[in-house]
Amino acid sequence: MKVAGLQWWKWLCVLLLTYTVWQGFMVEVPRMAILHETIRNLFFHVTMWFSMIILMIASIVYGIRYLRSGNLEYDIKASACIHSGIFLGVLGLLTGSLWAKYTWGAWWVNDAKLNGAAAAMLVYAAYLILRSSLEDEHKRARIAAVYSIFAFTLMLAFIIILPRMTDSLHPGNGGNPGFSNYDLDSKMRTVFYPAVIGWTLLGAWISELEFRIRRIKLHRDQR
Amino acid sequence: MNFLRTLLLTFLSLIIAQAVRAQDNEMADVMRANGKIYVVVGVVLVILLGIIVYLITLDRKIQRIEKQQD
Repeated sequence: MKVAGLQWWKWLCVLLLTYTVWQGFMVEVPRMAILHETIRNLFFHVTMWFSMIILMIASIVYGIRYLRSGNLEYDIKASACIHSGIFLGVLGLLTGSLWAKYTWGAWWVNDAKLNGAAAAMLVYAAYLILRSSLEDEHKRARIAAVYSIFAFTLMLAFIIILPRMTDSLHPGNGGNPGFSNYDLDSKMRTVFYPAVIGWTLLGAWISELEFRIRRIKLHRDQR
Repeated sequence: MNFLRTLLLTFLSLIIAQAVRAQDNEMADVMRANGKIYVVVGVVLVILLGIIVYLITLDRKIQRIEKQQD
C-alpha cells in the first residue's frame, strides 16, 4: 500500500524517528551518577545494535529463501540487509566508543563486550570480502547464504553469550545490571521500543533502496 | 586554635558538598529551564528530516528508473 507515492511503513519510520528524537531528549530519565544525561543514549546507541540484529535475521530469512528457490532476487535482498546491518553496527561501535570516553574514561577498554562487538563486525566484513571474491552468481549466492547463518551465530556468541560469562563494564553483561533495572516507572521503555522499530525501518528503507538498484542491474544483465 | 577550626570547617564543608553532589546528580536542568535544549532537539530533527527527504528523493529516482525498465 502506498501513501503519497511511498510505502506506508516508510511514513511510519518518519513518524517513529521524529517521536524518538523529540521524546529521546524530553522524556524524564532516572538521575544517575556518572551517566547523567548520557543515559539517553539508550535511544540512540543501544537501538543501533537491536536494529542491526533484526536486519541480520532478515538476511538469514532471505538467504534461506534463496536456497529453497534459487531466485537471485532473494540473494540481493539478503546482501542488502547485511550491508545496512553493518552500517548500523559501525555506527553502534562509534557511538559506543564516544559514550565510553565520557563515562568509563577511555575511547576503548579491553572488555569482552567491546572486543566481541568489534570481532562480530569483522565476521560480517568477511562476508563482504567473500561475496566480492566469487564470480559465479549462483555459487556466490549459495555460499553467502550459508555463511550468513554461520556469521549470525558467531555474532550472537560474541556480543550476547561470551560477555555474560566474564566480567564486563558494559551494562547488562557480566553481572552488571542492564538499564531495565534503572527504568523503574517504564518511562524510558515508551521511547526505547518505538526507537528500535523506527531505526530498524530506516535500515530496512536503506537496504530496500540498495536492493532495487541492484535488481535493476540484475534485470539489465539478464537481457 | 583558630587555624585548626578553619581547617576542620573547610574539611567538613567539602565532605558535605561532596555528599550533596552525590545525592543530586547533575542533569541538564539549566539547559531545560532556559529552554535552550529545544535548540539541540531542533538541530537533530532538521538533520533527521534532511536525511529522510534525501531518502525519499532517492526512492522517487529509483521508481522512475524501474518504470523505464518495464
